[in-house]
Amino acid sequence: MPLPARWKEKIEASDPADEIMEIQMGPSHPASHGTIKFNLKLDGERIVDCDVEVGYLHRGFEKMCEQGTWTQAFPYTDRLNYASPCINNVGFALAVEKLLDLEITERCKYVRAIMSEVSRIADHLTCLGMAAGEVGAQTVMFYMLEAREFLYDLIESVTGARLTITWCRVGGLAHDLPDDFAERLRASFKCLDSVLADCDKLLTRNRVFIDRMSGLGIIPREDAISYGLTGPLLRASGVSYDVRKAHPYLVYDRFDFEIPLGERGDNYDRFNVRFQEIAQSRKIIEQAMASIPGGPVSIDDPKVVMPPKERVYNSIEGLMNHFKLVMEGIKVPPGETYFAVEGANGELGFYVVSDGSGRPYRVRVRPPCFFGMGALNKMLIGHMIPDIITTFGMINMIGGECDR
Amino acid sequence: MLIEKLQERFGAVLSETGTTHGQDYIIVVRESAFEVLRALACEPGFEFNALSDLTAVDWPERSPRFDIVYNLNSLSRNHRLRVKVQIPGDDAWVESVFPIWKAADWLERECFDMFGIEFRGHPDLRRILLYDTFEGHPLRKDYPYQRRQPIVPETDPIVNPIPMSR
Repeated sequence: MPLPARWKEKIEASDPADEIMEIQMGPSHPASHGTIKFNLKLDGERIVDCDVEVGYLHRGFEKMCEQGTWTQAFPYTDRLNYASPCINNVGFALAVEKLLDLEITERCKYVRAIMSEVSRIADHLTCLGMAAGEVGAQTVMFYMLEAREFLYDLIESVTGARLTITWCRVGGLAHDLPDDFAERLRASFKCLDSVLADCDKLLTRNRVFIDRMSGLGIIPREDAISYGLTGPLLRASGVSYDVRKAHPYLVYDRFDFEIPLGERGDNYDRFNVRFQEIAQSRKIIEQAMASIPGGPVSIDDPKVVMPPKERVYNSIEGLMNHFKLVMEGIKVPPGETYFAVEGANGELGFYVVSDGSGRPYRVRVRPPCFFGMGALNKMLIGHMIPDIITTFGMINMIGGECDR
Repeated sequence: MLIEKLQERFGAVLSETGTTHGQDYIIVVRESAFEVLRALACEPGFEFNALSDLTAVDWPERSPRFDIVYNLNSLSRNHRLRVKVQIPGDDAWVESVFPIWKAADWLERECFDMFGIEFRGHPDLRRILLYDTFEGHPLRKDYPYQRRQPIVPETDPIVNPIPMSR
């Protein structure tokens, strides 16, 4: 095949030593876990410019939410950050409850907090394990995925599903914790502890790993704030901001936990912040399990919560109540609110608008990793191609959430 | 308390202020929106150094049609504020806040993508989540949610190279 004229001209015109090469990396690249494209301009192997293209997983989450009732949006929220779906469920439920001015039961608050933290650990394990696997530490990846498996078993015993849990409801939960939850939790944590100890030994002081992570993808404090980074990315840059502390929701103000901070804002700091957050989440879960009160998990309000099945099958009032809630949805009074929870990747916000009908007028989600991807260009310029993989891994972009 | 301070500082350009569900909001006229937002970001006492979120809401029956919603967060003073700008549907533009917060780069691109709102002064306003040949702006209420778009024909990247942006 003859060379295309465009190439010929280029080859003849340029001195190969100083040519800027254009390369498209992705959208389906084996080293990037997520469908994303980097349009790179390279000087040799050094990145001169990087245009990040997202949207390959766009499914119209916000438009779909407007089509059903408020309750029917829960399955969609599972699919935002599918590594920690519980936090998305909780965030959306809290936003709608805020619009309704509902006060949920004490036990529900504890159970939601516990499961959010379990999800957070699972999410961090995924992120760290994958990041380690991408720089060649396959052992760590499989250790961490094994630990995550135990947590998924735990989540499955509570919600009935591993990922697509659809477990929260407006005003409460689909079901309470199982009776043997405390034992299961202890068993999972036992495995988690041994895995974390192993991974700590394998990675944290590992020369190769530190060389691949340290000093790369630096984003200074002011830039991190300006780019809207939150969560581990912001904390790695030394800003002590955690929604659980700054704007406490559920019962986080009753627990004693710390916010791990980084200093330089490089990939190694991000790794460390996430690693330490696992221990903090553990601490929260233990405190919550020690003080969790009894009682129902859902409030008793027929306008919001589904009646128990015995009433639906045995009384006309129960049947009508069920019918109205399913067909017309929860009547949320007109208004708007922005509610943020601390997702595994940062501030996960829901801006919800109701017009008084049973359907959401507008559901906007603030996806934390979208902001990280926006700053990726800044983090990468001047570095080498292999650094894309570690930096991208530490942002922990989740396609479902970034592209919605 | 914040609301009083805002009224005192900005006064005439605020067309509405209030608190809903414990959250403060202000509605600013479009022409002075940029100045107000810049003051909110920089002036001591406000210090809204983070743009948490930027989005729009479409009210097709209402005039003006769009709400542009800025959810601001102050990490240093730990308060939040929602700023809304109302703009008409046939003249849908606001000034870009990219010079104030870098997060606005992608947020405004998304808002342009989904609602077709022009952000004047944005350095690189193009679609972000959808592809370039997509027709319409799907989060507008008049976009039917089951509408199908034609399949983008496959092209040979050598014959028809994908343009590099920037």
